[in-house]
Amino acid sequence: MADISAQAPITTDDIRHDYMAMTRRKRLYSGAILAIFVALMVAGFDLADARNAGGFWDGWHNILDFPAQVLSEAIEKAPELPAHLLTFLPALIETVNIAAASTLLGAIGAIVMSLLATRGLARWPRLIPVFRRIMDIMRAVPEIVIALILIFVLGGGPVPAMIAIAFHTVGALGKLFSEVNENASLKPVEGLQSVGANWSQRMLLGVIPQVAPNYLSYTLLRFEINIRASAILGFVGAGGIGYELKNAMSWGQGKFDEAAAIFILLFLTIVLFDQLSSYFRDRLIKGRGA
Amino acid sequence: MTFAATHDMHEQATRLFRGKRIVNFAIPLMMLAYLAYIFFAFDIPGLAQRASIDNARTLVGDSYSYKTHVEYDARSDAITVAIEGERKGTYEPGTGPGWLSFDGDIVRGDLGRGHVVTFDDGTVTYDIPDYGPITATPSRNGVDMTFPQGDRTTQPDWINASKNRLAVTTDQGRLTVTRTRAELFKYDYGWELFWFTLDSPFHGKSFGELVSLAFSSDRVVPEKSNIAAMASDFWTNKMWRHGDVAWALFETVLMAFLGTFGAAIVALPLAFLAARNFSPLIAVRFGVRRVFDFVRGVDALIWTIVLARAFGPGPLTGALAILLTDTGSFGKLFSEALENVDEKQIEGVQSTGAKQLQRYRFGVIPQITPVLLSQLLYYLESNTRSATIIGAITGGGIGLLLTQAMITQKDWEEVTYYIVLVILMVMIMDSVSGWLRGRLIGRAEGH
Repeated sequence: MADISAQAPITTDDIRHDYMAMTRRKRLYSGAILAIFVALMVAGFDLADARNAGGFWDGWHNILDFPAQVLSEAIEKAPELPAHLLTFLPALIETVNIAAASTLLGAIGAIVMSLLATRGLARWPRLIPVFRRIMDIMRAVPEIVIALILIFVLGGGPVPAMIAIAFHTVGALGKLFSEVNENASLKPVEGLQSVGANWSQRMLLGVIPQVAPNYLSYTLLRFEINIRASAILGFVGAGGIGYELKNAMSWGQGKFDEAAAIFILLFLTIVLFDQLSSYFRDRLIKGRGA
Repeated sequence: MTFAATHDMHEQATRLFRGKRIVNFAIPLMMLAYLAYIFFAFDIPGLAQRASIDNARTLVGDSYSYKTHVEYDARSDAITVAIEGERKGTYEPGTGPGWLSFDGDIVRGDLGRGHVVTFDDGTVTYDIPDYGPITATPSRNGVDMTFPQGDRTTQPDWINASKNRLAVTTDQGRLTVTRTRAELFKYDYGWELFWFTLDSPFHGKSFGELVSLAFSSDRVVPEKSNIAAMASDFWTNKMWRHGDVAWALFETVLMAFLGTFGAAIVALPLAFLAARNFSPLIAVRFGVRRVFDFVRGVDALIWTIVLARAFGPGPLTGALAILLTDTGSFGKLFSEALENVDEKQIEGVQSTGAKQLQRYRFGVIPQITPVLLSQLLYYLESNTRSATIIGAITGGGIGLLLTQAMITQKDWEEVTYYIVLVILMVMIMDSVSGWLRGRLIGRAEGH
């Protein structure tokens, strides 16, 4: 600072010069990053195209062939459609049930895990890093891995999918819940402690009421994600609407009206639960502000 | 405050508490009722029947151990030694792992703890400590067997003997003799041939030997330096196919990368059309929003099926499926972020005489960049997981290898290997995206 007064007075030209130099440098950097990014995207798509069974440029005009086929068959057999919708309704309910049960079990697990992994609340403070690592690993395992293994051991059906999704949900929600827990006030916990409450009582009566709306909001979002996951797992043999879809697809031409019915059911279910969950989440957040 | 008022308040409070108490008991009860319904709807009582403990045992056992087959074929009078009984793991005639010794035509297998199996001129002898030697000879009329005590009807559980078949199962190994052949299985810990297969000159060398070979100038393979030869033998390992696995992992990350960033590039301009404060036409806004809802609602599963019909299986199909689904998610998120931008900054830029595009570039983009980037990086990590699942459906990347290995129902060590790699891949993507988020946006997320 002392040097400045000794030097010649700084003119506006100097400032402008420095500023322009800095701007140019910044622009150069962001230009370079942008160029690298574009190059990566182009090279990446090129490589993906080369490693694909069919090329993009050969196939892009066929994109609409399959939807058109499905649609035309669906229209042709339009009178049968309501019957199909009714046939696949139980499978759809199973898919939603898988999602709901796994979200419920996963959320209960996540509450316990997150409380054990939050500083200030943990039952065994030394084990916090252990529980965090466990949650990281649970989050990193894709549902399909556990589902496929459990299908081998337990046989097909909804249970492997439920366990697989619940396992992942514990990790995913646990992380979010522990972030929520960190913002919870410790005063009620201390109050409860002073009257001799044990750990589970402190958590149940002191922490959960504070964080329940946030928990619920995240859980609803998870439920929405889990419906999609449960449909996908059905496709690899875990029951529900995904399994029916796979069967309908493998029958091939002439049976696409059933596929169309499943597409419609799946689409409507996803949109419905999307809307429901965002409506309730909206209410939860606004209700808390009041 | 009058007495009546306090009384009313007391009444109110009691009612409130009663209500809360009912709710507090009702919610867990409802959960319990739902789980009870699920218990029967998913037929969990019947699960015990469908579950296969044998499958679980193979799975767990296979994931940390391997077996070596020693097979004597009575017709050709030849002995073959193969790891997991696979052709890729077959030893050259007259060679085998260290516990096998060859003495002319006599092959002696030391199973450990005093268990010794000898193949000698068509006769197999299994010498079991505290029990005695069992001999068996495959012949056209059945298996000729002798036992140290009793005959074939009076043997313990772990010996299963009939006229045409003898099976001896101990903790050290398993011997099966039928009319045409004798087979010995020995279980060992570890993943067999993980580094080098039997045809590689580096197989069976210890770590120290390999390190010294790597730095020695005596070439094991004349045309290549030792390090290059080792790397290529490892990379092209026929049993574990490390090269293919690395490609598959890369393909999976590629799908996630292209899908996520491609979706962002498509969604950003569309988000301007869907945001209330940037798009004056209600019709356009409504239309674009419904497009977002539609591509999101159709879901990656259906997009994958539709796209796989046009492009066939592979990473491009997976990348495009992720791209389409996430265009919907990003479009929704970005347009919400755009609706929350501060007008003041845009007005400031406008006051300097900036044109429309410059106003967006300098007034809007800097405001939404943090939200945008943090969402992008979050999705990149979660899409790595989706890409694994989509790969399993559409046939690309590590998801495909995983399902293939599982369908064979015997290469569980490979399944374990892939699972470990998938978990590592997702965790690395998680930390990379977290690190990038920290660098680009600063530790304090949001405002």
